Amino acid sequence: MAKNEIKYLTAIKQEKPKKKFCRFKKYGIKYVDYKDIDFLKKFINEQGKLLPRRLSGNSLKYQRKVQDAVKKARQMSLLPYVTDLLK
Amino acid sequence: MNNYELMVIFTPVLSEEDFKAAQKKYADLIAELGGATVHSNPWGLKSLAYPIQKKTTGIYWVLEFTGPSDINEKLKIQMLRDEQIMRHMITRLDKNAVEYNYVKRNGGFAMQDKIEA
Repeated sequence: MAKNEIKYLTAIKQEKPKKKFCRFKKYGIKYVDYKDIDFLKKFINEQGKLLPRRLSGNSLKYQRKVQDAVKKARQMSLLPYVTDLLK
Repeated sequence: MNNYELMVIFTPVLSEEDFKAAQKKYADLIAELGGATVHSNPWGLKSLAYPIQKKTTGIYWVLEFTGPSDINEKLKIQMLRDEQIMRHMITRLDKNAVEYNYVKRNGGFAMQDKIEA
């Protein structure tokens, strides 16, 4: 029995990172509406800040559309600029 | 003739018929300036995300219209002069946006289409 070889009864389950996908491409959404708040809320965190692409998984083209929509919603006070426990 | 969408926040102290009168006034103004209103959608009293002019609620109104490109400047002058309006925003709609609004108006979006993922 090699000294350093540790055998576990059950295999260690490595947490396979969930494959991120751009939901706009997958579901064929073409336009991000700034009035649709609960859809936009998926792209901002608790403080109301925009989620980066690596977390939201969007492609660049649609991340920019989301960015514009969130900024318009903030301008028309549909979304707060800064808050806590938004969700 | 471009497609535009106007969103306006009125002061909450506005009564119901004042609100209707203001809507009519701007719809007529657009028609007079050579545009055409596609769809008017008053949301009514809604609480704001942050206070505007010391008020925490406002009356929202969304109007989708088409018009020549110089219509917005004239609209803006009128709206800045009108003190009933706290804030307004005119956005230009591209073809995807127009189609989105059309489908949404006719109840086209099934729930799963709105990606619950």
